[in-house]
Amino acid sequence: MDKIDYLKHKSYLIRKSVIEMLAEAGSGHLGGSLGLADIFSVLYFSEMKHDSSNPIWEERDRLILSIGHVAPVLYASLAHAGYFDINELFTLRKINSRLQGHPGKDKGLPGLECSTGSLGQGLSIAAGIALGLKLNNSKSRVFCICGDGELQEGSIWEAAMTASHYKLDNLICIVDRNGLQIDGKTSEVMEIDPLQEKWQAFGWIVENCNGNNIVDILNTFDKIRTLKGKPVVIIAKTIMGKGIKSVENDYKWHGKAPNKEQAIEFLKELNENEGI
Amino acid sequence: MKEFNYRSLIPTRVGFHNGLKYAAQKYPQIIGIGCDITISVGMDAIANYFPERFFSVGIAEQNAITFAAGLSMTGKIPFVASYATFIAMRALDQIRVSVCYNNLPVKIGGAHAGISVGPDGATHQALEDIAALRALPNIVILSPADATQTEKAVLAAVEQNNGPVYIRYGRESMPDFTEKDEPFTIGKSQILTEGNDCVIYATGHLVWEAIEAWKMLYKENIKTTIVNIYSIKPIDVETIVQTAKICNCAVTAEEHQVFGGMGSAVLEVLAQNYPVPVEMVGMNNCFGESGKPIELMKKYKMDRLAIYNAVKKVINRKNSF
Repeated sequence: MDKIDYLKHKSYLIRKSVIEMLAEAGSGHLGGSLGLADIFSVLYFSEMKHDSSNPIWEERDRLILSIGHVAPVLYASLAHAGYFDINELFTLRKINSRLQGHPGKDKGLPGLECSTGSLGQGLSIAAGIALGLKLNNSKSRVFCICGDGELQEGSIWEAAMTASHYKLDNLICIVDRNGLQIDGKTSEVMEIDPLQEKWQAFGWIVENCNGNNIVDILNTFDKIRTLKGKPVVIIAKTIMGKGIKSVENDYKWHGKAPNKEQAIEFLKELNENEGI
Repeated sequence: MKEFNYRSLIPTRVGFHNGLKYAAQKYPQIIGIGCDITISVGMDAIANYFPERFFSVGIAEQNAITFAAGLSMTGKIPFVASYATFIAMRALDQIRVSVCYNNLPVKIGGAHAGISVGPDGATHQALEDIAALRALPNIVILSPADATQTEKAVLAAVEQNNGPVYIRYGRESMPDFTEKDEPFTIGKSQILTEGNDCVIYATGHLVWEAIEAWKMLYKENIKTTIVNIYSIKPIDVETIVQTAKICNCAVTAEEHQVFGGMGSAVLEVLAQNYPVPVEMVGMNNCFGESGKPIELMKKYKMDRLAIYNAVKKVINRKNSF
């Protein structure tokens, strides 16, 4: 299997797990989790330096999920990367689980760096880690996943200022640009465009990519890997709910989980597209 | 009669500065985060002496806290300080989620606390910071009585605790009177005087005011115990209960709203262990105003006279039972 097919297959596995775990949980955020599956596939199975047998390896790259509500895509990626048994995904959102509705570090899930869920904080944490790593002469990088609606939080821009001020070129922010949030279109709830110009004005290197195209994601990471002097933001255009036609681009699926019947339909659709 | 003398008049922020300078020298993992008012809150202890370990984030308290949280995840011990009201409350959600929920060693300095910040007026007078933070799991809240004790609080925040610590200190010059060799232990308190008539639980600037009230009462043959509650969370349950059992009535005194602060913390202990009549000295459900510190402490009844009156009142209540 070549690399692209391998990563596409991982995307499929992540999406499959996301649907299964959300159906079992009965609540959770399907849309964003499906939309990010391809980016997470590339991060955990190609781009990031990490070791599931040593989750606190000093030299690992860090991932901070600023949009804690898409925890299912992170949990699925960690499980498929070998951090814990895939069956544990079915404990999502249940009592005594290590898989909290929004990531909770105190529960001790291997591979989880940080509790997140209150929007607008992750980029600032990621910037702090990036600075700390530099002070420690570490070569590790920090990837921070932000939502596009989340950019409405003022504290994101405080962090953006700080990251460029301290030239944190080991920090990569990935904006999940699906154009939707709970109340509807981001452009109608509160316009955040022009995004590229905003980030550039804050001193960041801006790259655009199709966040649902493995080749494009890989090429973008290739391009930014050696950039120096500035933090990098990847504005990744994604389709909320990507992979399931009836979910795609429907903001009502932002914070909803499929019921058991829907899950069966969705998995069938995934399998058909995968040729299974 | 016990003698209480003070060595000099110095603000507790100077104690914070000195403690931080010493701690930063001893522990290279200490990092300073600046929120623009670096010198007046004592953060120049790092900015001046260890500039390579000082990072300003500008006027951005929310970012200061979460940025510090991130730094602490790489083995650093960040200190962040600003006006107590802004760092504790503008960044409250950041403290709750990023610092306390992750249980990270971010050490927060709440400077210019209380009404004694004076002429700046109500916006800058932190009188709700303890209440806001005290409800958060994992955080330690320290409120030292003078500069000497504030110096020790900084070191204790690093040496005695691996999680979030909030240190509350003031701007005005105050008597520096605690003994240099007196231990400072998180979760403990300090008994300054012993008497059977009433116990005064005081914190921060009001500890000295309690001593002045003690002197006035002593002359009237009223003997009071003063307990310096320098550790508000965790609080010294044992000493509070023990002293309440001896005195059977109590006064709480703090430069903070009477709701949710040190006084409330003491009441929680007493109500669950040994209920006694209590009078509370503190800000009474209102905002402050501009004025000289001494005028404000008098007008808003957070001074020696207020404590003196509260002791008399609570002893009457006790005796009328």
